[in-house]
Amino acid sequence: MSDRSLQAQNLHLWRGDRHVLRDLSFGVEAGECLLVSGPNGTGKTSLLRTLSGLMYLEGGQVVWAGKPIRDDLHTYHGELAYIGHEPPLKLDLTATENLRYWIGVRRRLSSRDIQGALDRVGATRWSDRPVRTLSAGQKRRVALAGLILMAAPLWLLDEPTTNLDTQGQQLVSALIADHLSGGGVAVAAIHHDLGIAAPGIRRLELAGE
Amino acid sequence: MDAPPVSAPAGSPLAAAGLVVARDLKLAFRKRGQWIQPLIFFAIVTALFPLGISPEPSKLRAIAPGAVWIGALLSSLLALEFLFRDDAHDGTLEQYALSGQSLTWLLLAKTATHWLLTGLPLAVMAPLAALSLGAPIGSVPGIVTAVVIGSVALSLIGSIAAALTLGVRRSGALLPLLTLPLSVPVLIFGARATELAIGAESYSAPLYLLGAFAVLGVTLAPLASAVAVRISLE
Repeated sequence: MSDRSLQAQNLHLWRGDRHVLRDLSFGVEAGECLLVSGPNGTGKTSLLRTLSGLMYLEGGQVVWAGKPIRDDLHTYHGELAYIGHEPPLKLDLTATENLRYWIGVRRRLSSRDIQGALDRVGATRWSDRPVRTLSAGQKRRVALAGLILMAAPLWLLDEPTTNLDTQGQQLVSALIADHLSGGGVAVAAIHHDLGIAAPGIRRLELAGE
Repeated sequence: MDAPPVSAPAGSPLAAAGLVVARDLKLAFRKRGQWIQPLIFFAIVTALFPLGISPEPSKLRAIAPGAVWIGALLSSLLALEFLFRDDAHDGTLEQYALSGQSLTWLLLAKTATHWLLTGLPLAVMAPLAALSLGAPIGSVPGIVTAVVIGSVALSLIGSIAAALTLGVRRSGALLPLLTLPLSVPVLIFGARATELAIGAESYSAPLYLLGAFAVLGVTLAPLASAVAVRISLE
């Protein structure tokens, strides 16, 4: 538990000729959630993709549990749950099938695990219909079920409440609060504040150029 | 319902590859139209040769090896367009890259499934096309063997170009252009092996060379594709 700590050290990131992240440093410890806000185009998504190791830094490094992530990216990814803008779902598969194939590549899953996660996000009634027939909010809930199933200590979430109604937004807040109380770490890019009822909420505002 | 405990058992690479294969097969079954197209294209191309060149049996027999392999190469190029395309668009590839599993291994599983659905059927259709162009029945085993090995090589070689052209808007003819340098030798050796098989001579020499390309493909292509995919995700 005590080795759960994400450190960003002097991050410099360029996208084309835009200096998106300028000497950014912060730390997030177990039980803490960093909410990253800022106008569009200020690099919230780029920051998350950098923290996940998908983007390469021009300067600085990301450290998880005391080790630079570049030292062992595979292990780091095993402890990381990254949910981007669009839920990575196949339209021709059902929600259940999508979860089995998506998360099953990372972990051994039983049908009970999948069903449990779908129940938690309120997807039980429509989990066996092709995802093509689901609304954007329902797809987002399936992605949240995937997040639960990944059972990862570090969450990187890019605007997790997109397309969700009030109930859905409360679900996201509850999931993050549970995650934090279990000693998890989270970084979330947000547009508006998440009303998370938990200690350990920190904020970071990214300013534009 | 409780969430699973945080320290959860990791999936084994074999199980992960199995799931990649299972998902792609299931999706192919539900979207059959996409997968039939390259095969129909092959049939059309090989049918055009007697119409465009000459219906005379001796001439047809002479061009049969080239016609079959040109058709196979073009069909393979068409099929490669959708090897990674859908997964790249909906974020599946991104999740593979973040899964903690070897991306090289997962892409090999994906390419193998793609070959099963696009290359292997070619090995069934190619001898039929050759027979319709006047090849003797005795040449069928040789043609099937050559197309099986050659199509494996084409799928793997092509997967590199398919990965490199991800995220390139309106890539158009870029994938064929990138594939051509390495796939033309496959075409040449494959056509030669087919020609020898039709002439009832030993075709082992070009077959070994085809095999060399296939082995080179299996060992290097998934590695190169994984690097190309990671670049596209940046």
